[in-house]
Amino acid sequence: MKFTEEHEWLRVEGDEVVVGITIHAAEQLGDVVFVELPEEGTTVSKDDEVVVIESVKAASDILAPIDGEITEVNGALTDNPSMVNDDPQGEAWFFKLKVSDASQMDEFMDEAGYQAFIG
Amino acid sequence: MSDLNRTPLFDLHVELGAKMVPFAGYEMPVQYPLGVMKEHQHTRDAAGLFDVSHMGQVILSGQSWQAVATAFETLVPMDVLGLGDGRQRYGLFTNDAGGIEDDLMFARRGDDLFVVVNAACKTADIARMKAALEPEITVTALTDRALIAVQGPGAEAAVSAMDAAAADMTFMHVRDLTLDGIAVWASRSGYTGEDGYEISVPDAQAEALTRKLLAQDGVEAIGLGARDSLRLEAGLCLYGHDIDATTNPVEGALNWAVQKVRRRDGDRAGGFPGAEAVMAAFENGAARKRVGLLPEGRAPMREGVAIFDADAGGTQVGTVTSGGFGPTFGGPVAMGYVATEHSKTGTPLWGEVRGKRLPLTIAKLPFVAANFKR
Repeated sequence: MKFTEEHEWLRVEGDEVVVGITIHAAEQLGDVVFVELPEEGTTVSKDDEVVVIESVKAASDILAPIDGEITEVNGALTDNPSMVNDDPQGEAWFFKLKVSDASQMDEFMDEAGYQAFIG
Repeated sequence: MSDLNRTPLFDLHVELGAKMVPFAGYEMPVQYPLGVMKEHQHTRDAAGLFDVSHMGQVILSGQSWQAVATAFETLVPMDVLGLGDGRQRYGLFTNDAGGIEDDLMFARRGDDLFVVVNAACKTADIARMKAALEPEITVTALTDRALIAVQGPGAEAAVSAMDAAAADMTFMHVRDLTLDGIAVWASRSGYTGEDGYEISVPDAQAEALTRKLLAQDGVEAIGLGARDSLRLEAGLCLYGHDIDATTNPVEGALNWAVQKVRRRDGDRAGGFPGAEAVMAAFENGAARKRVGLLPEGRAPMREGVAIFDADAGGTQVGTVTSGGFGPTFGGPVAMGYVATEHSKTGTPLWGEVRGKRLPLTIAKLPFVAANFKR
């Protein structure tokens, strides 16, 4: 698993990556009450706002970590947003992305690096 | 955060694992480890304890109850003189334009009036009372008392376990209690839509009392986050958001709070700041009204969301003033102001969230029925 400074995790599955938010991010957000997912088939660029997530406190955007095409979204989150608090690094993935340029993955942190990043 | 005030319960909040945030000049607990959603639901199911010591507590005293009540009626459009001993009422300070300077609770304690005002307004409120009422009336800010709310269906059992007389109180009554040896002033009221008490206690005994209350069955410490979602579901106004100096009581849908005796043709009509404007609003209606707003989808509509009369184009007819997720309601809930012609329950309108018009309906308040002990 790779981690971004935006508190997302990426797991490589063939030529796709699965994207979600970290346990740390979910804790910071508090109880999640709403998730708006992108359309499958959307082409996105790094840092595009692709997911809206609202907790009891506030709305936040999840950015596309790399360029690619959204191949699948986790529709279960729409009906059950609290999954993001229950299992952020497992069941509560947000979307799968077909990677345009795998080299964009190189800048991301490994688990140890991320743990050091969040202190 | 060194310039912020702390309540006498600060150390206890930290010990309980609260996340402390700045609020109205105080460091206050926004949530505890339980989290906002569970804290909210716990209050509806059992009992929640809230530190509201940041609020202003003031005693007005004078020659007689008549003198105190008559004087206070010059500042609020409420029936104060008719308040029985040991009774409490909701009130509003108005300005010369009929706008609301603060909302408050006032109670008769013998010949004195006990007033509780919002933290963010307390300095101005105390100055207003002193300027208008002294020297005939003595205005004393009680800076050495904490205020603790215990709210929820389990509140009666928790408080009456410490003084059985608590169970005899009904909604909006006040009296002295002795809770495990600690003398307090209690009111059977609160701001969550639930049954419960607000307990005024000397600072020196606040922490000991709070520990005893938290030791009662089913009582959990609850932060400001859940306090906000509880009062929103209950349809209660947050001052500075849902009502402010530019909204009059009729616009704010607080007509019920202005008793007939203070309205036109009442025995003590007018005589408060902005009386003409307020009475004109009663007679002519207001151009806008505070209403409940029920978003159709799951997306919360928060403060500032613009409300339109069409799903595209059209005209802005209102604005959300409070909104979020209602944990007990089980979906997003909001309140705000809309033009009166769109304020009828059931009217379909649209809120613009992140550039998209999402459907909503004008809804009756409260979203969750009140559970008071009448």
